Amino acid sequence: MRLTAKSATLLGLVVLIALAPLFFPSGFYYRVGALIFVNALAVTGIVILTGWAGQISLGHAGFAGIGAYACALAPVHWGIHPALAVLLGAAVSAILAWLVGRPILRLKGYYLAVASLGMGILISMVLNNERELTRGPDGIDVPDLGMRALLKAAGLDLSNGEFWYFFCGIALVIGAWLALNLHDSPTGRALRALHGSEIAARTVGIDVAKLKLQAFVISAIYASVSGSLLALQNKFITPDVAGFMHSVEMVTMAVLGGVGSVAGAIFGAAVLTLLPQVLTVFAEYEQLVLGLVMVLVMIFLREGVVPSILRKIRGRGE
Amino acid sequence: MKTFLTTTALVALAFPAMAEIKIGASLSSTGPAAFLGDPELKTLEMLVEDLNAKGGINGEEIVLVAYDDNGDPNKARTFATRLVEDDEVVAIIGGTTTGTTMSILAVAEDAEIPFISLAGAIDIIQPVKPFTFKTPHTDRMACQKIFEDMQKAGITKIGMISGTDGFGASMQAQCKEVAPDYAIEILADETYDPKDADMTAQLTKIKGTEGVQAILNPGFGQGPSIVTRNYKQLAIDLPFYQSHGVASDGFIELAGADAAEGVRLPGTALLVADLLAADDPQKPVVDAYKAMFEEKTGTPVGTFGGYAHDAFLIMTDAITRAGSAEPAAIRDAIEATSGLAGTTGIYTFTPEDHLGLDLSAFRMLEIKGGKWTLVQ
Repeated sequence: MRLTAKSATLLGLVVLIALAPLFFPSGFYYRVGALIFVNALAVTGIVILTGWAGQISLGHAGFAGIGAYACALAPVHWGIHPALAVLLGAAVSAILAWLVGRPILRLKGYYLAVASLGMGILISMVLNNERELTRGPDGIDVPDLGMRALLKAAGLDLSNGEFWYFFCGIALVIGAWLALNLHDSPTGRALRALHGSEIAARTVGIDVAKLKLQAFVISAIYASVSGSLLALQNKFITPDVAGFMHSVEMVTMAVLGGVGSVAGAIFGAAVLTLLPQVLTVFAEYEQLVLGLVMVLVMIFLREGVVPSILRKIRGRGE
Repeated sequence: MKTFLTTTALVALAFPAMAEIKIGASLSSTGPAAFLGDPELKTLEMLVEDLNAKGGINGEEIVLVAYDDNGDPNKARTFATRLVEDDEVVAIIGGTTTGTTMSILAVAEDAEIPFISLAGAIDIIQPVKPFTFKTPHTDRMACQKIFEDMQKAGITKIGMISGTDGFGASMQAQCKEVAPDYAIEILADETYDPKDADMTAQLTKIKGTEGVQAILNPGFGQGPSIVTRNYKQLAIDLPFYQSHGVASDGFIELAGADAAEGVRLPGTALLVADLLAADDPQKPVVDAYKAMFEEKTGTPVGTFGGYAHDAFLIMTDAITRAGSAEPAAIRDAIEATSGLAGTTGIYTFTPEDHLGLDLSAFRMLEIKGGKWTLVQ
């Protein structure tokens, strides 16, 4: 039996997450792994929005900021459990995405990029300036999720790094599974159709505006959950999480790995999360290397690293 | 396998290699806080090299493992984890900004590794955390020093214009809190974005506020230089106070000696090394650091490099006295530091006080003819 692309991606991901710790020389690598998974989750959302629906968002970090600050604020102010705060953050992000996206996505072209850019900057400004609530640019403590203690009581004692590695790993697998399901569903096909040709899609009866809006809302939820996981893991968050550079970073990861593919998103997130760790010795050249990698990928592997390489391999096989 | 690896990390922490002492640092030597982090990194590298040339501590060589966190708290946490888990350092210096400090702090406290921060906010050491110390004075103390000076001049009503960055916002809040202690009333309270290119609108509003006797500008980076230039352009004829956030020659250069004339701010002994009395207890250490830094880098010393100098001084002093590079022993020795003269002030730590400085660490400075002078 041949593996479908979907099960191959998921299986590969599960095996990688489960086996990688066997090769970790120290506990530090769990931290890097967990960061990769958190970033990959946000980038999976970008794949849905940009890779499939063909829309660009430059304000996705804003949703990550909402997710992160929901975990910081809701448990303290309203006594909501941090786990439920993740859902609250996702709900707020989804509603905001709907409100911003609804008027904008009726238009053709890349207006969403500008609208989301403005929205992201606004969220970042609110987090920075509403000191009474968010404690401003110096950041705010995030309550403990309490899962580790629960697992410990159940007889499974994991270190902080190990716990977050597996927790974020599981979250990523679920996120990737949902995204791949969407890809193969009628909605996914319709999305790709509209990415191919908006006019053709409209002609065959696809509600273009509604679909784009759905994709935007879904990707906002991915970003929000990723922000929540980051906040809960660090137990501390600053408004940087909603900053413009974080939005750009997400898009860069998606483009590098391959904006149309979930495996590519994970690969892109892994490379760009690892790079600063590998390049610590050349910290001054980090931006240079990053720029060079992007330019080379754009010229030689136009669809992103993973899809281009897969195409080469398949091309040879047939 | 996994547990084996994590326990090796712990075991290695308990038994550091005999011939070397590994000290970790996570600084923002690039990114928006680079003007702080860069001199801090250069200072640490220089001091480590110098100390090793003199034979290290108790015959052991110091190894500095330094990472650049870009001022990003998330990266700082990753690097702190790396320092603890992978590099197995016995102590950490760093956290250029309050945000990065708070990230490193959590990791250091978890791993029970002594940590000396180079950032300003009072939250870092209040409430006291067992393994966290810091070298810069708090913004609260800067406010108190400024208000003390205002009180002497008979000023009771002021206007404030603050940056919305971490430094400006935190100091703005602290100043508002301590103002009543000095019978000072804040009549106007304006803010600007650190990236703004013109602050005349806010200053005009303060200028037009009835009864304002002086203006205070808590801020950091280029913002205060622009405020100072606008101040001159609007010909505002009121005493003008800046914060310790701009206590470096770079500020005078950026604002222009003409516009900066008469600006007062609380600074450290380092800025006025030449003016210190011969019997000043800080004079030897300030002179030595200034001479070494300026010869090595060719750039003038600033307050921020001084913070790193003091952190390293406190750390090495503690390791020498502890006679061991055991994290817990280093921590206990830091807490027992008493009367240690640094460039920022004279440090005396206690279990209740992990800052170790009082108001005397600040000197009131005034810019005259493009030079710093001491206000008596």
